[in-house]
Order: sequence, then structure tokens, then C-alpha cells
Amino acid sequence: MSHGYLSPTGLEIAFVLIGLVTLGSGLLVVTVKNLVHAALWLLVCMGSIAVEYLLLTAELLAWIQVLIYAGAIIVLFLFGLMLTRAPIGPTEELNVRHRWPALIVGLGAAGTLVTVIVQAYQHTWFDPRGAVPLGSGEALGTQLFKYWVLPFEVLSVLLLAALVGAIVLSRRGRDTEEAEA
Amino acid sequence: MHAVYPLVLGALLFAIGLYGVLARRNAIAVLMAIELLLNAVTLNLVSFSAILRDRYGMGQIFTLFIITIAAAETGLGLAIVLLVYRQRATADLGEQRALAEPVEPVTADELSPRNVEAEVAR
Repeated sequence: MSHGYLSPTGLEIAFVLIGLVTLGSGLLVVTVKNLVHAALWLLVCMGSIAVEYLLLTAELLAWIQVLIYAGAIIVLFLFGLMLTRAPIGPTEELNVRHRWPALIVGLGAAGTLVTVIVQAYQHTWFDPRGAVPLGSGEALGTQLFKYWVLPFEVLSVLLLAALVGAIVLSRRGRDTEEAEA
Repeated sequence: MHAVYPLVLGALLFAIGLYGVLARRNAIAVLMAIELLLNAVTLNLVSFSAILRDRYGMGQIFTLFIITIAAAETGLGLAIVLLVYRQRATADLGEQRALAEPVEPVTADELSPRNVEAEVAR
């Protein structure tokens, strides 16, 4: 039994507070009128989810989340916003027409999922500190290359296909423009 | 820790992402909301991995796979959005009514050589 930095109650309090940060920044991502600000709030959301992973003792995943989501994907989004000349300032027409049906669907999904989860897991308690050895790099790497080698290799093929696909998609336009110019 | 905290957080984040996917009209904003959906799922997987302590490490390994797939999906999605923007001069999903490439030029300065050639070919 390893000794954690936080007491169990402190762990819960920290989890709930950072969860509130996650939910608030997530709400801002889908509601704010400025798209660049939405991308930056997504950065806050991803960072706080990485902290939640740390509190749930998935340390390697927390760093991977910071590296890939907060590092790479946000930069991709900002480049995409720049290249599509998305409106930098606040835009009124970002979400007007479908707001109310979407709100109903979102609230319905939230109500259903929360009801089911609370009904199913209201008597379940767990000690995250007991799961510390599961989330280390050593344990995760051992399991990955012991039990999940085939999905891992298939995933590398998928990444290669995505790379080639992105290159083909972004080069085709330039080629035809050059050919027709 | 009570198991309800991380699971409810994942469910609420999923609902927020669902609202974003349905309500946003800009394609890149929709991609951001899809990232929120994927993160809600991975949060659920990590919390179940901490609750159940599976000896195969399924929750965390699947989270790793989902993060990789999300990176590939974002790259490809942004490439498609850029291609659509280059051909139609808008990334607004409400404007995309047809799958075919547009024949009518959008405006004078968005006149691409492909559109001109299509007009000439008629």
C-alpha cells in the first residue's frame, strides 16, 4: 500500500474542484463566440483532464494527454482556424439555428447518463492509491507489449494511412491548380 | 473515492460535447466538440481502470489507443475541412448542401481555375 500525497477526502475535493474547471471550460468551448478563444479553452479543458488522470493514478496517460492533446492537437486546430480564415472576432452566426434542439438533446443525454450511472454505481467505492502500480510507464508498457501487441501494430498502420491520406488530400488541390494554371 | 464522481464528470462532459457537435456550425468548432466527446470516453475508461483494476490494463491501454486515433482523426478532418474551404470558400456546415463539387463560382475573387474550366467546358 503506497502512501499518497493527498488524504482520501483531499483527493475527492481536488477531483471535484478540477472537475468543475473541466466542465466550465468545456461549456465555454462549445458556447463562446470567438473561435480562437474556444480553442484556447479547449487547451484548459485538456490540461484539467490530464490532472484528473493524475488523480486517478494514470500518470503516463496524463503526460501523453498533455503532449498530444494540449501540445499537438490544439496547435492543429489553431492552424486550421488560421488557414480557413475563420472569423477571429466574435461571430453571431456561430450557433443560432440549431441551438434549442441541441440543448434538448444535450440535457436529455446528460439526464439519462447521470441517472443510469448514479443508479448503477451509488454503492461503489474505490481507493485510487491502490491502483498506482497500474498506471506507471513500466506497467503500461509491459501490458501493451504483452497483451496488446496486435492492436498496437494495427494502430501504427492506421497512423501511416492517416498520414498518407492527409498528404494526398492536401496535395491534390495544389497539383490540379498548377496543372490548370 | 466514490465511483460516481469520475463517472458523472465523464457523462456531463459527453453531454457538453454532444451539444457542441449539434449546435456549432463551423466545421472546426464541431471537430473541437468531437474532441470533447472522445475525452469524456477516455475519462470513463481511466476511471473504470482505477475502479476495476483489470490485470490486462484494458482501460488505460484503450485510452492510449483512443488518443492516437483522435490525433489521426483530427489531422484527416482538418485536411478535409481545408479542402472543402478551398473549393467552396466556406467552412460553415450549414452551407454544405451537396456532395458534388460546386459548379457555380462563389464570388469573383474566389473563382478557382477548376470552376472556370467547368464553365468553359459547357
